[in-house]
Amino acid sequence: MSEPLLPAPLLSVRGVSKRFGGVRALVDVDVDVREHEVLAVVGDNGAGKSTLAGVLAGAHRPDAGEVLLDGRPVVLDSPAAARALGIAAVFQELALVDDLDVVENLFLGHETLRGPLLDEVAMEREAWRLLDQLAASVPSVRDPVRTLSGGQRQVVAVARALLGSPRVVVLDEPTASLGVRQTAEVLNLILRLRERGHAVVLVSHQAGDLQAVADRIVVLRLGRVHDVFDGDASYEDLLAAMTGAVRPSARTSREARR
Amino acid sequence: MTTAPAGLPGAGLPAVWQRVRGGSSLLPIVAALVGIWLVLGAVDPAFLAPENLVNLTLQSAPVGVIALGVVLVLLVGQIDLSVGSLSGVAAAVVAVGSVTLGWPVALAILAALVCGVVVGLGYGVLSTRLGLPSFVFTLAGLLFLAGVQLRVLGPLGSINLPFESWFVRSVQQGFLPTPVAWGLVVAIVAAYAAVQVTARARRRRADLPAAGVGQVVLRTAGLAAVLSVVVAYLGAARGIGYSVVLFAGLVVVADVLLRRTRWGRSVRAVGGDRRAAMLAGVPVRRTVVLCFVACSTLAALGGVLAAGRLGAANQGTGGADTYLVAIAAAVIGGTSLFGGRGSAWSAVLGVLVIQSIANGLTLMNVDQAARYMVTGAVLLLAIIIDMLVRKRREV
Repeated sequence: MSEPLLPAPLLSVRGVSKRFGGVRALVDVDVDVREHEVLAVVGDNGAGKSTLAGVLAGAHRPDAGEVLLDGRPVVLDSPAAARALGIAAVFQELALVDDLDVVENLFLGHETLRGPLLDEVAMEREAWRLLDQLAASVPSVRDPVRTLSGGQRQVVAVARALLGSPRVVVLDEPTASLGVRQTAEVLNLILRLRERGHAVVLVSHQAGDLQAVADRIVVLRLGRVHDVFDGDASYEDLLAAMTGAVRPSARTSREARR
Repeated sequence: MTTAPAGLPGAGLPAVWQRVRGGSSLLPIVAALVGIWLVLGAVDPAFLAPENLVNLTLQSAPVGVIALGVVLVLLVGQIDLSVGSLSGVAAAVVAVGSVTLGWPVALAILAALVCGVVVGLGYGVLSTRLGLPSFVFTLAGLLFLAGVQLRVLGPLGSINLPFESWFVRSVQQGFLPTPVAWGLVVAIVAAYAAVQVTARARRRRADLPAAGVGQVVLRTAGLAAVLSVVVAYLGAARGIGYSVVLFAGLVVVADVLLRRTRWGRSVRAVGGDRRAAMLAGVPVRRTVVLCFVACSTLAALGGVLAAGRLGAANQGTGGADTYLVAIAAAVIGGTSLFGGRGSAWSAVLGVLVIQSIANGLTLMNVDQAARYMVTGAVLLLAIIIDMLVRKRREV
């Protein structure tokens, strides 16, 4: 892969640092993701994966550094701002409102209107279409999310991120609470997103999932980019990098930005 | 469609039972209200006399308007303890403005409502910018506004509104003429039926599960029956007061806003799970501020109505137990103290329960002490039910 052929990054993180009190969650992190690309972010617990996802999704504001979209600096000071710029996220805690039903959750904050009032019919149809696309087995889109299983909730959260065809989809541990079949569905979905030209940032600690879909794998360790692998990296290499058993290779900083 | 869709919410008996258990149905509180009326009517038939029920509706309107505002702040997961004091301030502003300062009544009322908007904005800023708990700053507001009320009223402490003013006359003696009342019933039922039929047609066109024809007919007939009974029965006495019409209209508007607009959905989302709502892109701060403003404005309006009903504003207006009755009414009506769950109609039902008990016990010459104790017991019962529903949801 000769470098001049690579398209310009869609979303870039440059020198981003983030502290929570005395904890340095991210330290001078550089990451790029392009269209038609799945960028996986792995790391041990506390490596800063979710914080990085939060920065991209507008849930955390970095203390230092910047985020570039199409090469231009953007301010992601709220999830709504990120969403407006075409960056959608599925958070680890899913961020569903238990008392609202599936349709209400899917469209929360982006409801379809008909005049001044909500267009429930259009939203309900779109909800069924999306869920069918994800092969989700939700009994009724009018059931409160509280009554759904962990897997069903996950699918609802993923479906919500896909509404309005965002350019970048950030998935934080999307398969954590899923069974084998649903995990396969979500991974399939990620591949389809890539085919459709989306940039996907996939945060996970399940190395097996990543190897199946990732184009590149960034390993975070203690808040820093520890190493970068191609998607076909071996499980042992990833594990060694995640646990810090090997020193970061010289190519790290260059590759992450590639 | 790969999955067979379950029925619409509200379709079929199992669905109704599920909603009752889930705490999102008004049926239990309606049943409780009917039960209270039957018991009070059995003990003292005078309670169910049309004239007494007209009085009951007139007593309920001012505090009901305040309770409607309380429902909105409770829905968004906050509380406003100062609604009573604020209603007292509003009453004082109307009296001082129109009598002492000689303003037109409409201007004085407007000034009172503006007071409500300003207070609500202040609360909204305290809550969303400083992150203060509303329980505390509205407690401070309760004391502060009680002081403002005394200061506005001045050394006299009581100002009578002129009986001949249009405002006092329409609040005290204004009733819907019978033909107009029946015309309203017809219009409301027709509008309701039209909405139901078009919604059904749209859903069927969209290949979505829709209510059956029988269900639409049943609901429409039910609404027509309830409205007809109310109009006919109250019409046997003086009828339906303008303040009652205003209250009912506000409840309908609030209900549509809460269930059918983006803002209403934001309110329930923020009250249900503030962080999730924020992450989903809901403008949390704006939603909370708007709820405080709506609550304070409705509290001010409630005070204006109370002043009109009394024909005066004094140091006791909006004092004593007003705020407790308003908050208790919202909770008894089924709006959760924990946010996210409730309905505009709970203001109506809760106020009717509390005022029915107060009214009935007064008719029976039961003293104030017993009335407080009974109302307190009912409130406790409502909170226990709220808590049980919430616990069952968390399992």
